[in-house]
Amino acid sequence: MAFQEIKLYQTGTFVAGNRLLDPEQRSVQARTGRSNSITSGHRACRGCGEALGARYVLDAAMRATEGKLVAVNSTGCLEVFSTPYPESSWQLPWLHSLFGNGPAVAAGVAAALRAQGREDIRVVGQAGDGGTVDIGFGTLSGLFERNDDVLFVCYDNEGYMNTGVQRSGATPPAATTANTKALGDHPGNVFGQGKSVPLIAMAHEIPYVATATVAELRDLEYKVEKAMTFRGARYLHVFVPCPLGWGADSADTVRLARLAKETGLFPVFEAEGGTLTEVSRIRTQVPVEDYLRPQRRYAHLFGDHPRPDIVARLQAKADRNIVRFGLLPEGDE
Amino acid sequence: MDKPFAITLDIGTSRANKTGSWRTERAVYTNRMPPCNDSCPAGENVQAWLYDAEAGGEGYERAWRTIMEDNPFPAVMGRVCYHPCETACNRGQLDEAVGINSVERFVGDEAIRQGWTVSVDVAPTGKRVLVVGAGPSGLAAAYHLARRGHSVTIKEAGPMAGGMMRFGIPRYRLARDVLDAEVQRILDLGVTLELDTKVSDLESLRRDYDAVFLAVGAQLGKRAYIPAGEAAHVLDAVSMLRDLEAGEKPLLGRRVAVYGGGNTAMDAARTAKRLGASEAVVVYRRTQDRMPAHESELREAEDEGVLFKWLTTIKQVDSGRLLVERMELDDSGFPQPTGEVEELDADSLVLALGQETDLTLLDGVPGLVVEDGVVAVGGDMMTGCAGVFAGGDMVPYERSVTVAVGHGKRAARQIDAWLSSEAPEPAVRPALATFDTLNTWYYSDAPRAHRPVLDRARRESTFDEVVLGHDETTALLEARRCLSCGNCFECDNCYGVCPDNAVIKLGTGEKYLIDLDYCKGCGLCVAECPSGAIQMVPEQI
Repeated sequence: MAFQEIKLYQTGTFVAGNRLLDPEQRSVQARTGRSNSITSGHRACRGCGEALGARYVLDAAMRATEGKLVAVNSTGCLEVFSTPYPESSWQLPWLHSLFGNGPAVAAGVAAALRAQGREDIRVVGQAGDGGTVDIGFGTLSGLFERNDDVLFVCYDNEGYMNTGVQRSGATPPAATTANTKALGDHPGNVFGQGKSVPLIAMAHEIPYVATATVAELRDLEYKVEKAMTFRGARYLHVFVPCPLGWGADSADTVRLARLAKETGLFPVFEAEGGTLTEVSRIRTQVPVEDYLRPQRRYAHLFGDHPRPDIVARLQAKADRNIVRFGLLPEGDE
Repeated sequence: MDKPFAITLDIGTSRANKTGSWRTERAVYTNRMPPCNDSCPAGENVQAWLYDAEAGGEGYERAWRTIMEDNPFPAVMGRVCYHPCETACNRGQLDEAVGINSVERFVGDEAIRQGWTVSVDVAPTGKRVLVVGAGPSGLAAAYHLARRGHSVTIKEAGPMAGGMMRFGIPRYRLARDVLDAEVQRILDLGVTLELDTKVSDLESLRRDYDAVFLAVGAQLGKRAYIPAGEAAHVLDAVSMLRDLEAGEKPLLGRRVAVYGGGNTAMDAARTAKRLGASEAVVVYRRTQDRMPAHESELREAEDEGVLFKWLTTIKQVDSGRLLVERMELDDSGFPQPTGEVEELDADSLVLALGQETDLTLLDGVPGLVVEDGVVAVGGDMMTGCAGVFAGGDMVPYERSVTVAVGHGKRAARQIDAWLSSEAPEPAVRPALATFDTLNTWYYSDAPRAHRPVLDRARRESTFDEVVLGHDETTALLEARRCLSCGNCFECDNCYGVCPDNAVIKLGTGEKYLIDLDYCKGCGLCVAECPSGAIQMVPEQI
């Protein structure tokens, strides 16, 4: 981990705060004065990882910019559950236009602020994985190649959830969705499809690319804060479990995010100018089965007609990430 | 209508949408029973005082005061307690148990260094209580009774207070200045201590008091019949340790055999080494894993060069030698003789076969029941005679300083209730905070710090304390290894992980509240609480 680890305290860096910590050492989320950028009363499902991730990211960005922040949102769960007209959960200037043009609108807002000489006001674009990896991908690539001064955040819950759980380009292999049913010899989403937008963003050689999960709050806040120190295009990909779409218990949201990282299925890393600079290593490696079993979208891999062959392919995918990014704990390689 | 184009409604906030109505279960902050508290014979609130100590600085005094609510001997405990709390500690399943005993010693020693005192904060009740015996149990009872406003008199047969803490436990395990300081603190509460006052006839004495607590202990060494030659030198361990404390050095010779496998046997053998014996051998009829001595005492004895002869009984004692027989364990684990005998050189034999209680003072007390040489008591520590309570080694429980102190506390609470003719408030025991109620992912890896020990050379020739204390930094680190099982330690995680901002942080020391207007009942705070201090409770629908 690149940020300062807190030793001595019983829970160190892992929990949000601690009564014994100097207030400056506590995470943004542990402070009573946090901005609660997305406030109570939103209509997200119980245990929504995206609502949690959005507050983590925006509260940290609000603190880093001293409240001078505009958010632009693509269509998706986050937009739908936060703003049923005329109510709004947003505690910062917030704009929504279409599903596919979020990055373009964010770039436009940044350009308008520059024209007004208000470059002290920063812009965050945000979308789910549908609005990022599929529908908004063209405008996002444009934002990257022009190096517009926007931090674009993707909250990745691996599918189109508010329209009824359909497959996206971020849906993992073998997972069932409304249009990748658990049928036939190759049940669920097929292997060999989909894409990694963090790696595509790195190929644009933009100043900063990072991935994070809602299970490691301090790591996430550190990356948001760091992203706000750069000018130009920056990309943050946050892994946010979806109890509804994944068929998981609402209390398991953080646990699943943690397991995704600890299995190696979701690599957590940072890159600057297209070069990998840091990885967040696995603390205690666990088999992918521990991550798959609590989710109904993988239920067809277990039970009466188990598919250990498919579980093994998913394990191989995790193992490949571990080798590719060097994720094993130090001294364990 | 002066609204902008295409706008027909005023802007509203989502806070108007009370999502709490979705809930079928609610999160409730709770306090579970930490295993350390659960297993403490003295009823200490271990997790709570570690929580105090974790703050460092002024926290040590708060920690000490929390201990003192239950146990007036923190510094003694930090030396002689066999710490069942550490055996029960959940952290033992993670890496190694928290060194609770070492932190208690640090806090206790700090109190003596700083001169912290306690006071009696209630008006005198005018009730008089007699305590017989100034051992750990009697002193603890006197302490708790005095703090409740009663007038307490202790009658002690011996020349000094402390009982087995002074006359049973050697100095190298418990420095006497520490014991003196903690005893004095109890006397400073206004407790009257009468030394060299053996109570021989309780029946005539008890009418002068409103209640009596008996804690005379068990200091008669058990005898076993072993044929002995005329010049054989046999003595018993309890008297030997007592005489030594009174300044009489026993004549043991060069080679000493100790018969028995308990803590007293270890003490006798280690003492013999310090008195100049070149060889001290413990003879025990069963195997090492079956010996009653505490594992730490055995280890320390071995470190000091004490030898062990397992599965052996003594058949005969003669001048300079013993006749011993090898034993075998039968299927039920009981040792059976094999007929194989051998000789063992020994100038003296020390018997450490257990202790019995001198109960002659109880003659004529009506209703009192004695079974197997100890006094029967009810759950309220009262004997068959109304108003006469008993505790410590003279009642049928495990015998240790900590158990005795716990009896003193329990008896004091019951005596207090009995004197005021009120039933004592039943102690509430919440559900145990088992390991599976914790989310251990959150705890940092933190190896345990072990206490330093005295150099071996000095252990063989002096009675200096063997186990040394932690310095402040190490004690603090050790306190902070506590997982705070079942109780909130304000890590802010619940406040952090709520997707609905439905956890309200009240500020340091004030903990948190659930905002039921918005809590959807997802259970994330419960799942992500490291210490298992929140639970889900079904809503009444």
